[in-house]
Amino acid sequence: MLDGRTTLDLVIGFLGLLMILAALWSVLSKRLLSSVLLSGAVSLLASLVFLALGAPDVAMTEAAIGSALTTMVFLYSLSRMKVEQDAHEDGGAS
Amino acid sequence: MMKKVMLLAAIALLAFALWPFVRDVGLAEPGELATAYLERGPAELGTANVVTSIVVSYRGFDTLGEVTVLFTATAGVGGLLARRKSGHGRKKAAERGATDASEILKTASRLLSPLLVLFGVYIFLHGHLTPGGGFQGGVIIATAVLIGLLADPEAGLAHGVMHLVEGLSGFAYVALGAVGLWFTGVQAGFLDPRFLPLGELGRLASAGAIPIIYSLVGLKVGAELTGILDAMKEDAE
Amino acid sequence: MSDVNIVTLIGVALLLVGFYGALSRPNVIKMIVGFAIADTGVNMIIVAVGYLPGRTAPILDSAADAANAARTMVDPIPQALVLTAIVIGLAVTALMLSFAVRMRRSGGGMAIDSYGEQKW
Repeated sequence: MLDGRTTLDLVIGFLGLLMILAALWSVLSKRLLSSVLLSGAVSLLASLVFLALGAPDVAMTEAAIGSALTTMVFLYSLSRMKVEQDAHEDGGAS
Repeated sequence: MMKKVMLLAAIALLAFALWPFVRDVGLAEPGELATAYLERGPAELGTANVVTSIVVSYRGFDTLGEVTVLFTATAGVGGLLARRKSGHGRKKAAERGATDASEILKTASRLLSPLLVLFGVYIFLHGHLTPGGGFQGGVIIATAVLIGLLADPEAGLAHGVMHLVEGLSGFAYVALGAVGLWFTGVQAGFLDPRFLPLGELGRLASAGAIPIIYSLVGLKVGAELTGILDAMKEDAE
Repeated sequence: MSDVNIVTLIGVALLLVGFYGALSRPNVIKMIVGFAIADTGVNMIIVAVGYLPGRTAPILDSAADAANAARTMVDPIPQALVLTAIVIGLAVTALMLSFAVRMRRSGGGMAIDSYGEQKW
């Protein structure tokens, strides 16, 4: 029979394993888009761990910022870089 | 090859340096300072959420510095990505074949954005009672604006209103801190919220000026993060 | 196994993975992703230092009264510090990304190596 402490440790360990795998995949992935989205997933799992550690304030902040706003900022800058690239190609052609 | 070996050696060195953190130190008691905050926070300031009492009042000066860093970073983003003044951006967006947002997204954003703003306001007004506060509320407001921007990328934000909100809330934050410094008596410090009545623990109108101060922080953070998102958005004008 | 704090172990692992990404990837965006992951790892280490097993969140309610708060709640100070650190992390990430966009606009490629010789 598992007591509460061990169960919590198991849940956190499972989440941590997922986080480390997602982080490794995100760093090693060849595609920028999957890299950005997986780093957002790491933040989302981190907010669950914060909740398990008795830090609901931190969990809320991490969920809202880490997985929503940071990912959006990355995606905006990716699409912007594409725009810049197109502009350069246009400028080179003309 | 050489570079890879040196990189792995550096990572291993870092892991060795961080090893003491990994060992469980097995603390059973919070430190002296934490004990004092936990015991005196609710009694002195009337906040149910001890984290809020630390962020807003006990360590309020740190929060002021943090808001300053946020402002500086926002100004840096805005300065680096300043829009080119020419009007060809809009035409270019159309030429690129930028597709319109879907009907579902547009309708949902019209419905959700006001509700999200309301939720953000709720979060920072109740910062002293429940988890949450100015930072979380501000982020939720920025998310509401983000949904609007996703649904209608061509929409221009009211930059004047945003700058006004940001400047006024920053000024009022510092002013309230100074009021706390002067009007609460001998033992007061910067951002002491006790110049308003403390009220009853657990009520919305309690904890002195903490709800007001945290709301100002929330408005400021919301305006600044909205500014970052707006600056990062590709040129729509 | 009992003398290893599992959360700081995860945090340290994330920090190392993030630094590896920031140092080994040539692409600027991937470097910034590495920094963001390392940021999450550091925040986890700080929160885990303040965690005391079997205690509740530092918020008073009907289940936790003020009288014995210091005996039933976790350390609130690291949480207050991490709260602001996360918001700053977003701002700093946005600043790094706008530098990347700006470098791109100045005509360079996505790879950091192509900027070695450039005179600004």
